[in-house]
Amino acid sequence: MSDLWPWLAVFGLGMFHGINPAMGWLFAVALGLQEQKRAAVFGALPPIVLGHALSIGIIIGAVLMARMNLPHRTLKIAAAVFLFAFGFYRLLRTRHPTWVGMRVGFADLTLWSFVMASAHGAGLMLVPFFLPSPTAATMHHHDGHEMHAWAIANFSAPSLLAASVAVHTSGYLLMTAIIAILVYEKLGVKILRRAWFNIDLIWMLALMITGVFILVF
Amino acid sequence: MPLLKPDPTFYPSPRLAMQAPPEKHAFVAALNPPGSKLNDALLVVDVNPESATYGQRVGEVKMPKFGDELHHFGWNACSSALCPYAPHPHVERRYLVVPGIRSSRIHIIDTKPDPRRPEVVKVIEPEEIFARTNYSRPHTIHCGPEAIYVSALGDPNGEGPGGIFLLDCETFEVLGQWEMNRGPQFLHYDFWWHLGFDTLLSSEWGTPNMIESGVQPDLLLGGKYGRQMHVWDLRRRRHLQTLDLGEQQQMVLEMRPAHDPTKAYGFVGVVISLKDLSASVWLWHRNNGAWEVKKVIEIPAEPADPEKLPAMLKDFKAVPPLVTDINLSLDDKFLYVSCWGTGEFLQYDVSDPFNPRKTGSVRIGGIANRTAHPSKPDQPLAGGPQMVEVSRDGKRIYFTNSLYASWDEQFYPDDVGSWMVKLDADRDGGITFDENFFLESKDYRVHQVRLEGGDSSSDSFCFP
Repeated sequence: MSDLWPWLAVFGLGMFHGINPAMGWLFAVALGLQEQKRAAVFGALPPIVLGHALSIGIIIGAVLMARMNLPHRTLKIAAAVFLFAFGFYRLLRTRHPTWVGMRVGFADLTLWSFVMASAHGAGLMLVPFFLPSPTAATMHHHDGHEMHAWAIANFSAPSLLAASVAVHTSGYLLMTAIIAILVYEKLGVKILRRAWFNIDLIWMLALMITGVFILVF
Repeated sequence: MPLLKPDPTFYPSPRLAMQAPPEKHAFVAALNPPGSKLNDALLVVDVNPESATYGQRVGEVKMPKFGDELHHFGWNACSSALCPYAPHPHVERRYLVVPGIRSSRIHIIDTKPDPRRPEVVKVIEPEEIFARTNYSRPHTIHCGPEAIYVSALGDPNGEGPGGIFLLDCETFEVLGQWEMNRGPQFLHYDFWWHLGFDTLLSSEWGTPNMIESGVQPDLLLGGKYGRQMHVWDLRRRRHLQTLDLGEQQQMVLEMRPAHDPTKAYGFVGVVISLKDLSASVWLWHRNNGAWEVKKVIEIPAEPADPEKLPAMLKDFKAVPPLVTDINLSLDDKFLYVSCWGTGEFLQYDVSDPFNPRKTGSVRIGGIANRTAHPSKPDQPLAGGPQMVEVSRDGKRIYFTNSLYASWDEQFYPDDVGSWMVKLDADRDGGITFDENFFLESKDYRVHQVRLEGGDSSSDSFCFP
């Protein structure tokens, strides 16, 4: 079970990203309402998910590349500093997005989702799961534990990238689709007035804390 | 500091905004009459009928410099902050962006913590606007999803083209011209948009040099004032289409698109027709991807004794209605039309936008009639219904009586006066004066009204 928890966390973070109205479901609902058909809500999901997957995939890919080329300690410090700085910067400078446009096609929506996920540092939140070096895991393994098939450290970089993007994006898609259709069909957009908490604040603090966490552990 | 939940005055849809609680305060642009030494001010008027000071001035803030001529102003943020593509709902609707159309100075006025004691917290000097935008004479403000849009009549020398520039909605920094490609557009006045169609529309009055010393009869009779509308790609900031209302139509002013983002139509008022001095309201609408425009309301001039008319109108022996402002209720059902010349204020049911149906009319002021307010039946009034604002629930209508200082002098040469009134609107049609609301002002001319929390021309919505 202890080997599965990082995967559950990667999936869970996908769901967490999916909750954020700024990250996709609200746009899908708006397009459905504008077109006045449910199919438009579903039609918006593939590009929104693709854009998100690209954004977090690039970050995970970069970490895996760095892991192969940098000493573990350097990578840890670099990642910690980057996460903390990004969170701190976004906390102080609450610039909101400046995309304009409701008439969006597949490419537009993919790009929009990519930009929103990247600007929120969605991929950065996943970084800690990909920092443990294979060497550390091997030593751990030599200590007499069994071979863990699901341990993240046992994956080759390309398959780890593919698997983690797939797992994260599944969680994200699940949440985005559920909320979008629930709001479109049942709750209505009036829920925004009550339930749209300022996730950005928590989000950026989480990034900063993750940065500190990486350094300490 | 960002909020933890969306600003309570933001509503996803116009339908939901109609359920907003009634406003308690109105903010009113107040300008010094010619010859006065006062700086312009923003007045706070008590509009809570439960209050002891109902219908009275309860606060004001003076502008820091002389000679602004405050005109049309707006909020730093509104319901468009909930738009899905650029969401930022945790900003506050708090600051009024108040431009001087004469001075080209923009004031940022904080209405919190006490709406009765607003404060000027920032001033954008004209030189900054000139340098960054090459525009001047800012007047109308709309809070867009990603910035504050400001209309500007012309360039720093008082010539054209006029257009739109952007302000950052958090720092109020002047960002620059909005247009990427203006095509044939030159004259400018009002603008608004259909967010659901990524389309912006603009109207035409005249360059500052054509209007600042008053309406110029030779330009008017020569048809040189604006007679067109322009359609723009809001996203790519490009001119798409010109809609010509015809060579007889002069001065295409206030634009009121349907609030429902799934509806692609709106109304625009035209001040005067050279053919017969009538005024009109036109409907623009989208038909197979292209935009078209059609006259849907025509209001005829009223014959009058030349003795009662100012010099400019004596030969015509008639009062032109002069439609100078219109407003549309949030449910897109009722259109309100101010006839500043004849002193009539009209309500139309526009549920079928192609066939407006007149459902109400009141009279007050007017060039020839000088109709009194029912609360003071013996006091003839100058000026006429002008800047109109409709409460979010559509039940209360407020309007003031002055137009633009140099034009006030031409049409009401014996002094336009200064008053603000309120009407009650029946939801099935019909309007009546609230006899307990008649605000006169001796020191200032009152102009545009904005209602605390938002009104029917302050917000844009991305959800139907």
